[in-house]
Amino acid sequence: MQKLSLTRMNELFEIIAADRLLYLPVDNNAGQAQYKKWEPGAVMSQALNTVRSAKDFFFPQTENIVDFKMTGKDIELIDSRSKLENFVIFGVRACDARSFSILDKVFLAEPVDTFYQSRREHGTIITLSCTRPEETCFCSVFGIDAGNPEGDISSWIEDGEIYFEAITEKGTAMMKSFESILAEADDSAVKEQQKRTKEIIAKLPLGGLDLSGFNEDELLEKFNSPKWADLSQSCLGCGTCTFICPTCQCYDICDFDTGHEVKRFRCWDSCMYSDFTKMAHGNPRITQTEKFRQRFMHKLIYFPSNHNGEYGCVGCGRCLAKCPVSMNIAKVARALGDE
Amino acid sequence: MQEIMKERAIALLQDGTVNRVLGWQAGTFVYDITPSVFRSAEELGQGFVYNDFCGNNLSKYLVKESKKEGKAAVFLKPCDTYSFNQLIKEHRILCDNVYAIGVPCSGKADIEKIKAAGISGVTGIASDDENFAVETIYGSQTVEKSAVLLERCKSCKSKKHVVYDELIGQEGEVQDAGRFDMVEKLEKMTSEERFAFWRGELSRCIRCNACRNVCPACTCEKCVFDNDDSGVAAKASADTFEENMYHIIRAFHVAGRCTDCGECSRVCPQNIPLHLLNRKGIKDINEFFGEFQAGEDCQTLSPLTAFTKGDVEPGIVNTKGGM
Repeated sequence: MQKLSLTRMNELFEIIAADRLLYLPVDNNAGQAQYKKWEPGAVMSQALNTVRSAKDFFFPQTENIVDFKMTGKDIELIDSRSKLENFVIFGVRACDARSFSILDKVFLAEPVDTFYQSRREHGTIITLSCTRPEETCFCSVFGIDAGNPEGDISSWIEDGEIYFEAITEKGTAMMKSFESILAEADDSAVKEQQKRTKEIIAKLPLGGLDLSGFNEDELLEKFNSPKWADLSQSCLGCGTCTFICPTCQCYDICDFDTGHEVKRFRCWDSCMYSDFTKMAHGNPRITQTEKFRQRFMHKLIYFPSNHNGEYGCVGCGRCLAKCPVSMNIAKVARALGDE
Repeated sequence: MQEIMKERAIALLQDGTVNRVLGWQAGTFVYDITPSVFRSAEELGQGFVYNDFCGNNLSKYLVKESKKEGKAAVFLKPCDTYSFNQLIKEHRILCDNVYAIGVPCSGKADIEKIKAAGISGVTGIASDDENFAVETIYGSQTVEKSAVLLERCKSCKSKKHVVYDELIGQEGEVQDAGRFDMVEKLEKMTSEERFAFWRGELSRCIRCNACRNVCPACTCEKCVFDNDDSGVAAKASADTFEENMYHIIRAFHVAGRCTDCGECSRVCPQNIPLHLLNRKGIKDINEFFGEFQAGEDCQTLSPLTAFTKGDVEPGIVNTKGGM
């Protein structure tokens, strides 16, 4: 383990940003944290997490796929994907770090999504441990340790120092680039912090969320539960939960006609939206209840059924904090778990 | 107040005046309230709540709810009654199927403001007239209520209920709390400054459509932004100005009908001050056509839909004749 004084963070950022893009959470003009490209003088946000999740780096909200250029009767296909530079995301929390491995299961399975894959290859993730979780946090339910985040490099801020440990080969290589300013350190301060964080996590109100009934065996029972109607009755059908969610991965592919060419792009879609799953004959999900049910069935039943029991949720708590009507996965799990 | 409301709701269910009650359902914490339909004394007993965090305006739910079988009771805060009236005026609510109960409001609190004051890990909130005593997993803290009000409640336009079948508590007055102060500030900016201000704010938009979906003035059966054939992308921006367009079009569409309930800004996950766009519309209407408050009654035509030759811009119809 190696460490650096927090007073020298700017030196660190300068070294990292010298040959790649560096993103870190900073406070925006609404006083909330968002990832921004580092510039000299940028101050890292003290917030527990960003409003938008870190999935944006690998699965951006909109992305060009291909252009069709028409000249007479000829159609020219142009690969319109943007050129990528190597980049580093600094300060990712444990929940978001886990979301990448969940997204990997979707986008890196055959057939591999080369847009996503390329972003994953270009990106290096430096995570930061949590020391002050919110009441909305429940990452421990999914076996995530907020005090010991995954990533290419993990870091811990403790007592004026930041401690680093490389986890992956990519992380080890990355750390070599700034090891000249690091000092060797033992892990006692980090261990002490982790012990404190564990004690806090044990007190979190949603830490004991019970997901035992959510599996393939109970798929139909859950699907047919009469409780969905009441649970969904206040849902506005907006996309807030899906767009701030680190694991929501559905997208739409659209064509934009510029008049002389067609730009095909993909953009995030939301199962909460009226045209989601709309086909030529209409939409099989007629009311908001079916749309609402889909989101939670996907995360709590379908995803684990297809991926060895891993849920499509990391317990980051964003949807708990941001849903306009305060309906969320924790309330759904509790209501349906009683059955 | 909560207990009085609950008792009244139970009585209305029991005497058959209504067969369901729209109210607020308690959540996991004190602040995460969900609008809900209660059908029995038992359901009301289990979850009905009316506290400092019942910000949700229930009037829009009546668009659907009033078309169902039987009569529904609904609890409306003063500002919610303006939305209710406006929806009646627009024939979006079948008011014969609704029993409206006005309830007092001293301003609702914003949990995000409490958190922004450095209070995290909230597990309980007790309140008196002035303060919130917040219990957290990190200890107890006190915060002044007035410091953590929802943005819209800081400049509350009215404590008066403009429509109800029955009122619980004392009736209040229309207020003048400087709700156009920020609009005036924006008006004083140069156009470049103002453009930069709005670009800065609107660039955070994630197109979740929460502002539109919660808005009591947005009740189109099919929004232009949900129409695949309209050529405007519903969930992605074709260029970096499209979110801006979305919000500007919405502000124009609700101008003259927006009651300034402030739900748009309350629900925005990115804390974009969307209500300022609507307030600019309201302020302009006031200046050009005389004071007008949408939803104040359910008869008066909006200045933007009532043509007169005295209009500030009477337009081509006036100059070329026809009326």
